[in-house]
Amino acid sequence: MTLPAPLLDRLCPLHLWIGGDGRVRQAGPTLRKLLGGDPGGEPLLDLCEVVRPRALASLSALLAAPGRKLRLRLRQPPRTGFVGHLHPDGAGGAVLDLSFGLAVADAVQDHALTSSDFAPTDLSVELLFLLEAKTAAMDSSRRLNQRLQSARAAAEEEALTDPLTGLGNRRSADQTLARLSRARAPFGLLHIDLDRFKQVNDSLGHAAGDAVLQAVGGLLPANLRHGDRAARVGGDEFLVVIPGTPDPGRLRALAERLIAAIEAPVIHDGAACRVSASIGIALHAAGAAQAPDTLLRAADRALYAAKARGRGRAAFDPEAGPAASDPAPEAPRAP
Amino acid sequence: MLGLVNRMLQVFVVDTYGPSLWSDMAAASGLGDPEFEAMLHYDSAVTDRLLTAAARQLDKPRAALLEDVGTYLVCHSNMQPVRRLLRFCGVDFLDFLHSLEDLRDRVRLAVPDLVLPDLEVTEAAGRRLRIACRGDLPGFGHVLVGLLRAMADDHGALVLLDHLGDGPDGEILEVTLIDECFAEGRRFLLGRGALEVAP
Repeated sequence: MTLPAPLLDRLCPLHLWIGGDGRVRQAGPTLRKLLGGDPGGEPLLDLCEVVRPRALASLSALLAAPGRKLRLRLRQPPRTGFVGHLHPDGAGGAVLDLSFGLAVADAVQDHALTSSDFAPTDLSVELLFLLEAKTAAMDSSRRLNQRLQSARAAAEEEALTDPLTGLGNRRSADQTLARLSRARAPFGLLHIDLDRFKQVNDSLGHAAGDAVLQAVGGLLPANLRHGDRAARVGGDEFLVVIPGTPDPGRLRALAERLIAAIEAPVIHDGAACRVSASIGIALHAAGAAQAPDTLLRAADRALYAAKARGRGRAAFDPEAGPAASDPAPEAPRAP
Repeated sequence: MLGLVNRMLQVFVVDTYGPSLWSDMAAASGLGDPEFEAMLHYDSAVTDRLLTAAARQLDKPRAALLEDVGTYLVCHSNMQPVRRLLRFCGVDFLDFLHSLEDLRDRVRLAVPDLVLPDLEVTEAAGRRLRIACRGDLPGFGHVLVGLLRAMADDHGALVLLDHLGDGPDGEILEVTLIDECFAEGRRFLLGRGALEVAP
């Protein structure tokens, strides 16, 4: 059977039929479109080069290895790539059947191809559909992932924040303490309890009490350094973690500064709300491995000592050794 | 039900009528969060509530609303990716109509969780085609009417389209192909070019 030339055009829009002399006898319609005209008479290897296998670089080599999978490239820009296989036509020449392979997306883009440039049986169009549809689905999923990641970060942040003051909450304080004690890092801990807070609530109302708490929530970060952490852990209780080698003198000075700031009256609805604070100070030396609970109990004892000595002051844990308390005696408090 | 369905409704309402109408509709449907995620799953009842609220809010019968959604999926500039995927299905409009039988499987190739109704296309006398639509998306036949009309325009074909109602074989559509080459139609290149992102 001899194949009529027009039939070859229909079945293989991307084909090259070459004679025994290696010159093109016929090129499929889509290939003519790619080349911008009819390449009739041109030598095959002037039109395109065989990229792989490198050994098949001459006409005779190609004719001697029929049916091998070839990777070819047009010589003219944009040097479109093909997959092909070559078979003798029984009359000294050969037919080279081509397809774009995985580079089909680039090829259709570069040459503005449409569906009619492919045979109905060619899977190239289906491949392009799949590529486009899957890309859209992946893009959608990726954006969803980003939204979920943001939402999760926001939820985690909220779970660690006290809504009234904007400081950390009890869970956040626990996390900070656990992290530092696991790392055996040195730090100081302040347990702050407001004095006369209940009286403000009772005499001026809960809104006034909230205003006082919010004021404390503002002045704590203002008086702390960048790496220090403040949290509201109870109704009128706060914890402050000061990373770094705990210096009793400096911690006492900080505590007294905080008390002074807290004692500044908060004006709410025309009324002046006055509270003070008792502060218990505990120390966690470098290399120590005290559990957070142990440290919190020490800070508690210190707080109790501050309250017992008259409130409105700071104190260290009475059970701690001399290294863990203030070498200088407590400064006298103004009445 | 894959959120994509609700998401399409959402973008249709927002793009056509504005975001505040969508907020009202969502609230009226009892939705806490009016934002739908295309790739998550939702209760099927939600879609039904949304359509009821939309029909009420827009004072339009549900069938007409669904037809508008179908048109939107092909015509709106935000829906370019959808229109392109539909153009892939057929070389010309007649080819596209016949390819509707493969639409369900073709869509599942891309988004396995999206199960469109089964479509059966039969040729009748006088260049008429009958499409039977059976599946879990009630009213999809009306969406199809809008979509087919818009695709006919896209291909440059002149057609008559009718929704013949619900029957034991599902929703029945009738398409009469008057002139396949009535107009130029919109160009469709296989290469994506500078394609904007899907909604």
